Amino acid sequence: MKKLALSDEILMRVEKPARYIGNEVNSVVKDKSEISVRFAMCFPDVYEIGMSHLGIQILYSMLNEWEDVWCERVYSPWPDLTKIMREESIPLFGLESQEPVRDMDFLGITIQYEMCYTNILQVLELSHIPLLSKDRGEDMPIVIGGGPCVYNSEPIADFFDLFYIGEGETQYRPLFDWYLENKRLGGTREDFLHGAAKIPGIYVPRFYEEIYKEDGTIAGRQKKYEDIPDRILKEIVTDVTEAHYPLKPVVPFIKVTQDRVVLEIQRGCIRGCRFCQAGQIYRPVRERDAEKLKEYALEMLRNTGHEEISLSSLSSSDYSRLDELLDFLIAECDRKHINISLPSLRIDAFSLDVMSKVQDVKKSSLTFAPEAGSQRLRNVINKGLTEEVILKGASLAFEGGWTKVKLYFMLGLPTETEEDILGIGDLSNKIAAAFFETVPKDKRVNGKVQITTSTSFFIPKPFTPFQWAPMCTKEEFLDKAHLTRKGIMSQLNQKSIKYNWHEADVSVLEGVLARGDRRVAKAILKAYEKGCMFDSWSEFFHNELWLESFEECGLDIGFYTTRERADDEIFPWDFIDCGVTREFLLREWKKAQSQTVSPNCKAQCQGCGANRFGVGICYEKNQRGNL
Amino acid sequence: MKVRIKFAKYGAMKFIGHLDMMRFFQKAVRRADIDVKYSEGFSPHQIMSFAAPLGVGIESCGEYMDLEVLSMSSVEDMKDALNRVMVEGVEVLAVNVLPDQAKNAMASVAAASYQIHLKEGSFGIPDLAQSVALFYAQNQILYTKETKKNILEMDLKQGIYEIRAGETQVLADSMSSVAAMCVTDPGQNRMTVPCIQMTVDASSSGNIKPTVVFEKFCTFAGREIPVSAVQVTRLETYTDLAKEGEPGQLVPLLLQK
Repeated sequence: MKKLALSDEILMRVEKPARYIGNEVNSVVKDKSEISVRFAMCFPDVYEIGMSHLGIQILYSMLNEWEDVWCERVYSPWPDLTKIMREESIPLFGLESQEPVRDMDFLGITIQYEMCYTNILQVLELSHIPLLSKDRGEDMPIVIGGGPCVYNSEPIADFFDLFYIGEGETQYRPLFDWYLENKRLGGTREDFLHGAAKIPGIYVPRFYEEIYKEDGTIAGRQKKYEDIPDRILKEIVTDVTEAHYPLKPVVPFIKVTQDRVVLEIQRGCIRGCRFCQAGQIYRPVRERDAEKLKEYALEMLRNTGHEEISLSSLSSSDYSRLDELLDFLIAECDRKHINISLPSLRIDAFSLDVMSKVQDVKKSSLTFAPEAGSQRLRNVINKGLTEEVILKGASLAFEGGWTKVKLYFMLGLPTETEEDILGIGDLSNKIAAAFFETVPKDKRVNGKVQITTSTSFFIPKPFTPFQWAPMCTKEEFLDKAHLTRKGIMSQLNQKSIKYNWHEADVSVLEGVLARGDRRVAKAILKAYEKGCMFDSWSEFFHNELWLESFEECGLDIGFYTTRERADDEIFPWDFIDCGVTREFLLREWKKAQSQTVSPNCKAQCQGCGANRFGVGICYEKNQRGNL
Repeated sequence: MKVRIKFAKYGAMKFIGHLDMMRFFQKAVRRADIDVKYSEGFSPHQIMSFAAPLGVGIESCGEYMDLEVLSMSSVEDMKDALNRVMVEGVEVLAVNVLPDQAKNAMASVAAASYQIHLKEGSFGIPDLAQSVALFYAQNQILYTKETKKNILEMDLKQGIYEIRAGETQVLADSMSSVAAMCVTDPGQNRMTVPCIQMTVDASSSGNIKPTVVFEKFCTFAGREIPVSAVQVTRLETYTDLAKEGEPGQLVPLLLQK
């Protein structure tokens, strides 16, 4: 039996001690005397969130398949334990070995959302690793960042030794081999990083410098070594069906957010919604073979004992063999008493039929994400969902017995007018009206329909056509939310509609971090020093501390959020090549302004540039248009 | 067919709460491919019930759960199948088939025996055995219980069926006596430490917490030992085979008829 890093006394004092003891089913413990690379894989948020992330499970399983590597998991200790660890100077540890992260070779941090940036600093501090890359000594772990946020890594560049841009399956082996080779040669940390900078997909921020113009925008970049690349091309898996898949995922003891088998059916999305970053950076669409997925499903259920399985992708309805896969799962899972949790499917006769087989119709709700209140604005954002389709889907569902509908919209989208905002109330009302038209009085369960309309605030993200767009101020956002509410309140069926809106403060901050440059790092560090942590948890979010930090660092929030960018402005993330070209994004930005929709990848190639990878939907048969 | 499963819980697993242990076993039953019976209805669940919840931090070599199965080859096979899918810190000790009319595990619980030893240091009580004997020889052991609504004074004495000082073997690393029992690795250092053992009422109406008895004893012996310094271990859970009016006849839940 191994000793736990935390004493019984501490474990009895903190909330949910199970977050810190490891020992879960399928967690991997190795004999460290046979290991040459020790890797701490971190999701910088609480255990229950981090354990629900598929990417970590994939990399954890892949890395541990290599005999000379031991990959362990690390999550953010909750504030109660953070306090104790600081007071008693207990170093943060890997869950498997219960040994300090500080003694490992690598600390890899997946960065899934901007609001976890202060938690990255928390993990570093608790690990007793200097927060700034430049302050780390020869014996410190190499700190790696990965995940969608590293497509604009500049605001956190000072905290990382290197970033891995793109899908993790491809370059870890070359990176480790070089690490071991450099060690054998007696090379320094600098030597390792220099060599690593030449590995595809690896970006070493300390070797590059941003140069600014007088107006604060970027003039260009300078690099330290001649032999390192100017641009970093993202890594992708060319054959997703043959790629590693975690058939024995770790099974947590406590209930986590995603407490089920997750089957990733495809990567990428054909849709091209103009606000969506995932829709661009994960291109091109690559489907996993359905036969393989069926095998995986059975094996993972057997290996975990989970009672639920879920499909994962950006747009499951677009998976070409969805019918066949779902038929198989429904038959198998029914026999084994396994629940199927369906991802957001497009609501139509097929999906309603499937849902009625796997869900309790009376209890479950339907989800639509029109994102904008009017057809005009939906054309601007290239969301191909029409009012007709929504109403038809809703009516079909009401006939099938559903009475709950969830609607998701964004406020503050480019070109948005009052009319577009009032459209949110109109559409919600029309759906309620459709219920009363479709379902005769005597058949209405509880006599009513429940519509929940939620709005979030639009945040322009790098590598989207809206990367040029100005973002609203907090005041503008709140006015829009109030107008939305007024619009809903004036509807005939307003009693059937419940309205929720997102916090505005945190959206503005996310906007700064999303499109920030390297200067923003100072403010993140300052906010952390003032006590900011778990910013994505509203109970821990302290906007005033963030505002103070920006002010003390002499940074203007408006420069990063509300400012309109010129077509030719150099962005902090331009040196990263995600496959999709800047020309394509600019073309889409212009089309958005003229309210012109673009067909999806299946219907007609738009020449985004992702075909350079030579795989996926770009090369499938029946593809009309040119390559 | 109803089976009763006896298991041990120790080490890191003592920090897993009761509800999470139930989830753990539900998943384990699936992994072990046991032909378990499911309830009817829209969201069927395994027909499984636990005897007495174990507090977080307590170790046990006397935990029980009941499971309804549609078929099985033998109790030994089921025990092995479950042990193949356990984690370190949970071990299935025995499986027994229950008569059809047997009450479920939870309703059957009458008493439990516990052991309390120190994780470090000593009790610091010169003659522990005699102190414990004198403590138990009192006519009454009054305990004031504060609930949300009111303050109750109760006599613990009638719910303590036995209490005495003794010795137990533990693994030196973890100071766990259940681990000393379950872990066969000879590389682990073992040592013998003093302990207090007691059998107390564990029925739903009269459940007594071993730590409460221990605190009363410490006060009696004039020693202050914080509960965080001791390791509590549940040794066994009992049912009462006596008929109404007969004197109590405690037997381990595994042997219920």
